[in-house]
Amino acid sequence: MRIAVLMKSVPDLVEDIALDEDSGQVLFDEMTYVPSEWDDQALEEALLIKEESGAEVTAVTVDTGDSDNILFTALAKGADHAVKLVGDYDPSLTNRRRAQIFADYLRDQAFDLVLSGVQAIDDIDGQVPGLVAGIMGWPHASVVTEVHSKDKGVVLRQEYAGGLVAEIEASTPLVIGIQAARKPPRYASIAKVRQVAKTQQIEEVEAESPDVPTLAVRRFYKPVASGHAEMIDGDVEEVASRIIEILQERNLLRR
Amino acid sequence: MQKAKAIELDVAVVDGVELKGSWNRMFEPRAISEYDLSVLEEITAIPGAESLGYCYQCGKCTGVCPVDTVGDYSPRKIFRRTQLGISLIDSPDLWLCTTCRNCLRVCPKEVNMIDIMPAVREQAVLEGKAPEELLTAFENTARYGNPIGESPRKRVEWTKSAGVPIPIMSQKKAPVDVLWFVECYPSYHPRGKQASAALARIFDALHIDFGILGNEEKCAGDSQRMAGEHGLFEMLAEHNIKMLSKYSFNQIVVTDPHAYNAFLHEYPKYGGEWPVQHYTQYLSEHLGDIQFTREIPYRVTFHDPCYLGRHNGEYEAPRRLLNALPGMELVEMGHCRETSYCCGGGGGGMWLDSFTRDYASERLSERRVREAVEYEAEILAVTCPYEVPRFEDAVKSTGNAGKLAVMDIAELLAYSMGLVDSLAMAN
Amino acid sequence: MGPILMVMENGEAGFTDSSKELVAKARELADTLGTSSVAVGFGPDAESHLRHLPVDRGIAVSNPELSQYNPLAYEKALSKILEDNQPFLTLIPNTTMGMDLGAGVAARRSLPLVAYCSELTVEGRDVVATSQVFAGKLMAEIALPESGAVITVVPGAWSIDTGSGDPEVSVTSVEISQAMNILQTIEPEKGDVDITKADILISVGRGIESPDNLPMAEELAEAIGGVVSCSRPVVDAGWLPKARQVGKSGQTVKPKLYMAFGISGAPEHQQGMRDADLIIAVNTDENASIMDIAHYGTTVDMLELMPALTERLRGE
Ligand SMILES: Cc1cc2nc3c(=O)[nH]c(=O)nc-3n(C[C@H](O)[C@H](O)[C@H](O)COP(=O)(O)OP(=O)(O)OC[C@H]3O[C@@H](n4cnc5c(N)ncnc54)[C@H](O)[C@@H]3O)c2cc1C
Ligand code: SF4
Ligand code: SF4
Repeated sequence: MRIAVLMKSVPDLVEDIALDEDSGQVLFDEMTYVPSEWDDQALEEALLIKEESGAEVTAVTVDTGDSDNILFTALAKGADHAVKLVGDYDPSLTNRRRAQIFADYLRDQAFDLVLSGVQAIDDIDGQVPGLVAGIMGWPHASVVTEVHSKDKGVVLRQEYAGGLVAEIEASTPLVIGIQAARKPPRYASIAKVRQVAKTQQIEEVEAESPDVPTLAVRRFYKPVASGHAEMIDGDVEEVASRIIEILQERNLLRR
Repeated sequence: MQKAKAIELDVAVVDGVELKGSWNRMFEPRAISEYDLSVLEEITAIPGAESLGYCYQCGKCTGVCPVDTVGDYSPRKIFRRTQLGISLIDSPDLWLCTTCRNCLRVCPKEVNMIDIMPAVREQAVLEGKAPEELLTAFENTARYGNPIGESPRKRVEWTKSAGVPIPIMSQKKAPVDVLWFVECYPSYHPRGKQASAALARIFDALHIDFGILGNEEKCAGDSQRMAGEHGLFEMLAEHNIKMLSKYSFNQIVVTDPHAYNAFLHEYPKYGGEWPVQHYTQYLSEHLGDIQFTREIPYRVTFHDPCYLGRHNGEYEAPRRLLNALPGMELVEMGHCRETSYCCGGGGGGMWLDSFTRDYASERLSERRVREAVEYEAEILAVTCPYEVPRFEDAVKSTGNAGKLAVMDIAELLAYSMGLVDSLAMAN
Repeated sequence: MGPILMVMENGEAGFTDSSKELVAKARELADTLGTSSVAVGFGPDAESHLRHLPVDRGIAVSNPELSQYNPLAYEKALSKILEDNQPFLTLIPNTTMGMDLGAGVAARRSLPLVAYCSELTVEGRDVVATSQVFAGKLMAEIALPESGAVITVVPGAWSIDTGSGDPEVSVTSVEISQAMNILQTIEPEKGDVDITKADILISVGRGIESPDNLPMAEELAEAIGGVVSCSRPVVDAGWLPKARQVGKSGQTVKPKLYMAFGISGAPEHQQGMRDADLIIAVNTDENASIMDIAHYGTTVDMLELMPALTERLRGE
């Protein structure tokens, strides 16, 4: 089985988001980036499949200037190949365009399975797996928590609200959006990553910038300023009523 | 088991003299029990872990190992279990040692946990067998330069609330006398920040020409090294050395005994060689310049940090400072100086709280707090950044809230010098 | 302009709440824009459920197998419906189904996708979508093009329309490929609670005082549809299992609602919960550090407040 894992980095939310409040634009160049946590889960699941039933795992990124570390880490964890799709791209690359670049690359490669994180936090359409599959016309399933290879296809688990799980049998080729791997992503020790960076190669593949349906974000803004808690005064009964009101306003109560 | 076989010579001649009688009879050595030593050999084959094989089961270490007082663990036991075929790599034992160095002090065979632990742990990390909590701390450190997972851009944020100017080397663009290496908990933890502010005020009051690296500083990495991530340590050391090399200064002063240990013994291996002092050492040399204006009318006891005391032999400097404080009475606990107890935070213990709970009847910090309370101390003075959060938490969890306050020596000094307005006493 | 289309998801009894939340909004948009609202349902019961919805038209994909979500078959059916109806907007709840189906259909139909949508408003000639990006830390405002878009809507964005209607429902079916088969559905195991997956956490700290008070928290959690979590001292005392501990050495959680009862908010605790969407802190000490990160706080006694809340929730 040949598995591709699509990976990307996203702005690190430990840092403040660089937002120009006047123009309402996000300053993508000014942020620090970390690997998208769901992509890490996807890589882990791919490596677990490899260990369980044999597979060749290729980690793929679009080069927005920060992919090498992700790819070397993937190799250190046990991926067999690393591919970087290069072109004139920067961190503000939209997910839709990214999905198209991935799809254009994948189409000519005989992968049986394409795994990626179920979503990414950095865009209005973070569902890369569904987008890639839709573009290629492949079947797909997202919010998946377990994948096993079976006969000529796979058996996977798709998770719904409340923990309900559907076990699905699917034939390949297939795109899967991983919500969580069976096990927490493994740790690649720094020494190993550094060694890999010295000894292994990242394959670079030229990728053209495609045309895709786009949406222009008119402005970004911060929801509500937080600081100190707004205090709810009154006796127990008054406080209870006010809390219920707040929960209702936010549609947090079950009807 | 084989029977004892006697060796008796018909005629025994030694140096030309014939020995008569049956007293030349000896017994051939025989095996009383046979072990499959392959597991032990696997462990002692790991570079750094050789000395585990020297243990001859005298049991001296068991008496002094802090972990054994709350659990079932000591170097003697580790050797024995490994001899019986339980691999240390798979055993929870591997993560319980705090590298406090107390066993090495008494071991006649120099079985050295300070070398064994990082070596075997590194192997376990490689094999994916390290506890999740610890890996999170490693990942945070690799990504953010601090184990807490805070923003590296906010490393200097504490300076804003210090109330005195704190020069940052990249902005100052001039040599300084003292480069203060602040470290992570003093930069980010709320209680650590208070101690840092106190120390900054002391430096300021003493007109010390100092500067900090600010956001260019990353964790010194010594505890990560002891916890088995040597590659991470190397990366941090290379980074810090590169940053420090940009500036000129006469010496480094550190807040953290773990960083002190790194600068003293490890950084020189990577080309980072500077004179370094713990802040208690540095200040105790400047005691003559310090003017105390306020009394501290409390009974104070002092917890020797493992990495200042046992690891690096400094017991006097903190005591000189404490004894100089007007009004206070210093009482020593039973476990002090060389025999000091351990707070449980060293060697990665700071990031294994949940893991170790399953193997201990109580936390080491809790046991230590009980001891301080037994000696009727009102203030537990500390001088390692791990300890204020650990002991404050333990004061609460042992039900001693209000009886014992935990204070960094810098906080006590700053208060007594009139530089901070209140002793942040928990009571 | 094409209709406003919404995709209804099947739940235990009829359509789910998060899909019913789409109805009033779709109708409001359709009215303002002078177009119609169309609801799509799946499975053998869809036709009858759709007949009662206050929408202009219904489309039921009636294959019996489709009472349950099947990624491949749903996508095939919905793509066809979009092709035939050319809707301006297609609204789908941002659930597992929406995250899966939304992206797939949008890409197949070459339409743009807006996920995590929490609001849709009409401004003059534009329809403007608000989307929660960066894990809710930023909102993005997008003017939707006339060529249309697929929109997945976060559950809880709008209220449910309780009215009913009498739309005409057309019934179709789709050819189901064998490339994807549902083998079985598995109910979550009761008993082993995963606090990282809960939307609502009722979290208790040392202020709970005694294990005898824990049932209060359990009852509140039950009434609000959440799960009980805690700070470390509660685990230390053996009152709750380790898996319920939030914090540095416990679990990291990001629920929609985190209610901290009698938790002081030590940094080690905050490390595990500061990213919750809404934090309400109940602590008799108004200077407790939990108040620095909570959105709302109150200083009443938690042991009195918990039963008062439970009572109100049960009375609803
Ligand atoms: C290495 C390390 C790791 C740690 N890891 C974690 C961790 O993962 N998770 C964690 O939670 N802690 C952790 N801690 C412990 C942490 O430092 C705190 O001690 C702990 O979180 C305190 O728990 P608490 O807030 O429940 O208790 P307290 O700090 O004692 O707070 C109790 C609060 O309840 C309030 N209260 C009391 N009665 C009432 C009432 N009737 N009504 C309303 N309010 C009331 C009080 O005002 C007080 O603020 C860790 C500590 C260390 C050193
Ligand atoms: S270093 Fe300390 S904790 Fe580790 S085995 Fe020795 S005495 Fe015990
Ligand atoms: S003191 Fe040394 S020789 Fe004696 S039991 Fe402990 S480790 Fe072995």
